Amino acid sequence: MLPVAERHDSSGPLPSDVGVKSPMKVLNGRWKSVAELGGSALASISTTAILFAVTGWDSTFAIFVLSLMLFLMIYSVVCFVEHGALEAKSKIATVAIWLLALAGATPLVAIIFYVIANGLPVVAGHFPHFLTNSMVQAADGTAPISKAGVGAAILGTFEQVGLTALLAIPLSVVCAIFFVESKSRYANIIRMVVDAMTGTPSIVAGLFIYEIWVLPRGTSGKMGLAGSLALFVIMLPIVTRTTEEMISIVPGSIKEAALALGAPKWKVMLLVILPTAKAGIVTAAILGIARSVGETAPVLFTAGGSNFYNLNPFHGVQDDLPLRMYQAIFSHGSNADAEAWGTGFVLMSLVLALFVIARFVGAGKQGSPRKIRMLIARTRKSKETANVAPAS
Amino acid sequence: MPLAVDPNAVPMRAMPGLPIIGPEGWVAPTDVPRIVDPGERLSDRNFRWGIGAAGTIVLVLLALIVAYLFSASSWTIGHHLGEFFTSINWAPPVHYGILPLLLGSLAIALLAEVIAIPVSVAFSLLINEYAPIKLKRRLVTLVDLMATIPSIVYGFWGLTAFSTYFYGTSIWLTKHAGFVPIFRTPEPDTYGNSIFICGIVVGVMIVPIVTSISREVMAQTPREICEASLALGGTKWAMVTDVILPYAKNGIVGGALLGFGRALGETMAVLVILSSAPKVTPALLGPAGLGAIPQQIGEFFTSVPNHEKSALILAGLTLFTVTLTVNFVARRMVGQPKARTA
Repeated sequence: MLPVAERHDSSGPLPSDVGVKSPMKVLNGRWKSVAELGGSALASISTTAILFAVTGWDSTFAIFVLSLMLFLMIYSVVCFVEHGALEAKSKIATVAIWLLALAGATPLVAIIFYVIANGLPVVAGHFPHFLTNSMVQAADGTAPISKAGVGAAILGTFEQVGLTALLAIPLSVVCAIFFVESKSRYANIIRMVVDAMTGTPSIVAGLFIYEIWVLPRGTSGKMGLAGSLALFVIMLPIVTRTTEEMISIVPGSIKEAALALGAPKWKVMLLVILPTAKAGIVTAAILGIARSVGETAPVLFTAGGSNFYNLNPFHGVQDDLPLRMYQAIFSHGSNADAEAWGTGFVLMSLVLALFVIARFVGAGKQGSPRKIRMLIARTRKSKETANVAPAS
Repeated sequence: MPLAVDPNAVPMRAMPGLPIIGPEGWVAPTDVPRIVDPGERLSDRNFRWGIGAAGTIVLVLLALIVAYLFSASSWTIGHHLGEFFTSINWAPPVHYGILPLLLGSLAIALLAEVIAIPVSVAFSLLINEYAPIKLKRRLVTLVDLMATIPSIVYGFWGLTAFSTYFYGTSIWLTKHAGFVPIFRTPEPDTYGNSIFICGIVVGVMIVPIVTSISREVMAQTPREICEASLALGGTKWAMVTDVILPYAKNGIVGGALLGFGRALGETMAVLVILSSAPKVTPALLGPAGLGAIPQQIGEFFTSVPNHEKSALILAGLTLFTVTLTVNFVARRMVGQPKARTA
């Protein structure tokens, strides 16, 4: 007799486990698959190598494409011979999916490594100054890089994005509450508008704030606050949407329990639902902040960019990290590229730090229901084994 | 007077609308339903109006954006509306035809889709079906991470690293596949800074959004049907093609459309990479060809005279309208956010 826990697994198979242990694969064995894959790869690469050695072609791209095509052809032939048409199709599809995903992941890894490889030496080589200097002495990228620095830009980013967060996050949360609470047609229309506005082209946000804020104020119109307002247009729909999702996954039973105890709706929302969804909302907010830290187009015509430190976001042009990088990219001095990579590295570090923080905060949210489910499963199992133990 | 009721009498069932009449002419009092609902509390009503007002701000914002862009582009609407959407000449201050820019934006977005759709579907299938569970979480993180990388970083990577790498390939493509117009260059023997490179880089950028949508939709496929397909002896690929893909079809198309909207509006990467004439040409592999709306605005808006500014703003408004429409259709296809429990 099988142990009960195995025979009666209450949690059931995990979705991703289904099909992994298809009987065919088990029968054929893992090593056979490895041999088929490896053999085909080896055959294709060596054929390509011989071909290129004979003809004298040289193009990395052509070598890559040709060996890939050869690999797929050889592998399909092998599979057809060994497994028949149906299974062969499935195997080829599996390989194709892995290869495509690999191709998609390569640029990401490449970008991160490229930024680190080019940016880290700049930041580390000029460690304190690069993070504290302003660009006063190195505005066009011709001055030595020891004079350059992104201090003013870091300050500007913090102030602008901070202001944006201050404006956008509370409003987003209230909007999200509106969408969850109200079933009216009106709420539905606004939800659709917000949905559509999550894809607002960032340059349009910049244009809008330029027209409504910067232009009427003439030469003194560009300021940190204008940049924040443009970022606000981008951030509001994004945070609203994610917050709404976070609020709507709060179990209805909790809400109903509170309502049944006679609490008014607003108290239920503020004292029960929002605290329950807290981790999720904070994650949504941090991800929204991370997104707007990296936005360049909205601040292009609004914050202005500056080589000087400007502490006051409400007066005068202000720099920020994406703008600094943008200006470095379009400068022609010999050090401009290094400055751009250094700035890019600082920007990426900031965004990644926010991302990691959001993950940590979000982990609590994902963890708790999971933990509860595991706990329930465990107690159920132990009860069953306890019941069965004397009998067996 | 005590009411004389025969205990054995069959109780009269109350007909709706008819009074119950007992012995001796006794009439039962009409049953008026007790009011259980005390009505909305004042505090709740304030709450409802408050959150409604906050929601209205979004509508106001949208209206303001449209109104301001509209009024700022009034000069172009008044003088050049006829040629704006039909002329293939973008040559201020004489001609204001948006087609070289609009077609460029469309070309970038289409190329981006060609890259992004297969990769995203592969990613979604890998995450949902193929990858071992440990790798699955890593992959989700990876895709999320891709979404947070600033677009200007993508752009600079595209300009420096990817362009250099793609240079040889461009030449190779022009030489060997030049019979297809899109693999030609607008100017002879100039490569790089092209619509093609923009399309590929933007394609990489929209992979996360398309993946996250199509993955969510695929994950909603009823597990029983997938298992039934396997139980009937189908291979995993058969399960994917016969169960998951048909089920998630709308979601995948919707996700791709969302990505399309994103790609149309993508500014910084295109602004950094592309250099355009701009003119209408089918050749995509070199500079001095098609432009792109966001790139044109970002590059020239601050430095051009007021009339051209208004034309650029009208271009921006066009872009805004198009992306809003695309997003709207896309969200409809993907469906409302699921499981509204509250």
